Amino acid sequence: MANPLKIFFTKNDQLNTDQLILKKTVISFFFFFVFAGAAFFGLKWLRHQPTAAGKTSRPLRTVLNANEKVFDGLVSEKRLAKQYPVSQADKRPRVNGDLGMKSAFDPASWAMNVIKGKADTLKITLDEIKKLPKTEIVFNFKCIEGWSQITHWGGVRFSEFMRAYGLNGEAAKKYLGLSTPDKKYYVGIDMPSAMHPQTLLCYELNGKPLPLNQGYPLRLIIPVKYGVKSLKRIGFMYFDDNRTPDYWADVKGYDYFSGL
Amino acid sequence: MPGQQKTIKRIVKKHPLAIRWFHWVNFPVLGIMIWSGLLIYWANDVYKIGFGSTTLLKFFPDTFYKALNIPYRLSEGMAYHFVFMWLFFLNGIAYVLYTIFSGEWRDLMPGRNSFKYAWQVLLHDLHIRKTAPPATGKYNAAQRIAYSAIIVMGIGSVLTGLAIYKPVQFGWLCALFGGYKAARIIHFVLTIGYVLFFLVHIGQVAMAGWNNFRAMITGFEVKKMKEEAPADDVVLSESETVKS
Repeated sequence: MANPLKIFFTKNDQLNTDQLILKKTVISFFFFFVFAGAAFFGLKWLRHQPTAAGKTSRPLRTVLNANEKVFDGLVSEKRLAKQYPVSQADKRPRVNGDLGMKSAFDPASWAMNVIKGKADTLKITLDEIKKLPKTEIVFNFKCIEGWSQITHWGGVRFSEFMRAYGLNGEAAKKYLGLSTPDKKYYVGIDMPSAMHPQTLLCYELNGKPLPLNQGYPLRLIIPVKYGVKSLKRIGFMYFDDNRTPDYWADVKGYDYFSGL
Repeated sequence: MPGQQKTIKRIVKKHPLAIRWFHWVNFPVLGIMIWSGLLIYWANDVYKIGFGSTTLLKFFPDTFYKALNIPYRLSEGMAYHFVFMWLFFLNGIAYVLYTIFSGEWRDLMPGRNSFKYAWQVLLHDLHIRKTAPPATGKYNAAQRIAYSAIIVMGIGSVLTGLAIYKPVQFGWLCALFGGYKAARIIHFVLTIGYVLFFLVHIGQVAMAGWNNFRAMITGFEVKKMKEEAPADDVVLSESETVKS
C-alpha cells in the first residue's frame, strides 16, 4: 500500500499485523487527544465563566449550592458538636479577625438592637441577657482556615432567648442576620442552625466576661458552623425569609451555609 | 534454513476500555483535587516533619507556594475541591465496582507470595538482582500491592474528607479517625502518598517503554513470541515474521 492513509479505509482482516497495530494505535491516540483537549478546554471554560457572589465561577457555585442541599439538609437538633470536659479547654483562646471591630465603640452604652419590623426595634442590654438561663459549652471551635481549638464559652441559648422575648414570628422566618454595631461585618444564618441547641448568644469565655477582642459584650457562638459565622460584638439582629447578607459569602465567594 | 527462527507478533488485549477510562479520568481529577487542596492547606500550613524544635521538612516552603501561585485563594480552593470531589468519588466507585464485577480484581489483588515477590521485583528493578521475579499475571507483585494500596488510599481520602467536611454531621466518622485534627493529618498524608505514587509510577512507565504505555491508551500490547509459544491470551491478530 503506497498511501499510508489507506489502512484507515481497509478492513482489519485485510491488514497485516504491523498495519493493524498502526491503525489501532493512531485511532486510539486520536480519541485520547480529543478527550484530553475537551477536558482542557472544559476546564478553561469553567475558569472563565462569569462569577456568582464573591468570585466563584457560576457553574461551581451551582454545584456548591446543590452540596448545601445534600449536606445541610441533614442539620438536626439531634446532631450535636462533640463536647469536652472543661479541663480540656485551651487557656489561651486564639484571636482571629477583627472585621467590624475597628470603629470607635463605647461598651457602656451598648445594647443589642433586635429589628422586628420597620420602626419596631427592641433594645436589649447585657444585664437583661444575663437574666436568662446560662448554658456553657466546651467544643472544638473550627476555623475555615483549617485550625481548630477546644474552647469554653458561656451564654444563653439563642433558641431560649427567642422564646423568652416572644420572638416566635421571627423564629419562623428562614434566615437570621447579625451585624456589628458599625455594620462592617455581617453574617447570615439559616434558622434551623440558629435554633440548634448549641447556638449561644455568648458573653463568657473560660468563665470570665468576654475580652473586647473576643466580642464583648455579646457575640454569637455557633458550633455547627465555621468560626466565620460566630460574629463578635453583635449590634443588630434581624430576620428574613430571603437570605440575609453574609460578608464572606457575598464579598469573598465562600459558602453561605458553611455548615459543619 | 539454518540460523533462522520464526517469531509471531501478536496483538494481545491488556487493559479493558473501562479501566482506561477510569485511569485517565482520575488523572486530571486527582490533579485538580491536589491543587485545590493546596489552596486550602495554605490558609493554615502547620504540618512539618521534625523532632523537638528541629524542622527537617516544612509543608511547604514559601518559594513553593509562590511558584504555584497558591497564596490567598482559600475560597477558590474550597469551591473546586467540593465540586470535583464528586467526580473523584464517582469515578473511584465506578472503578472499584468494575474491577469486582468484571473479575479484574483477580489481576489486582495481592496473593500469598506478593510481598516476597514484590521485594524481588524491587531488587530486579534497581538492577541489584539479575533473575526476573516470577510472573504473576498482568501485574507483577509490586504492582499488585501498589495498585491495591492506591484503592485503599482513595477510600481513605474520601472518608477522611467527609469527616473533615462535615465533622458535626459525621461526628462518628471523625471520631473513627481519631478526631478532627487527626482526620486532617491523615487526609494530608494520603495526598503526599499520591504524589509519591505518581513519581514512582511515571518513572516505572518511562522505564517499561512504549509498548506498555501504549497499552494504557489503545488497550492492547504487542507480544513477540516463538511460534510454539502457548496462546493463552486473547489474540486479535497474528502474523509471521522471519527473524534471522
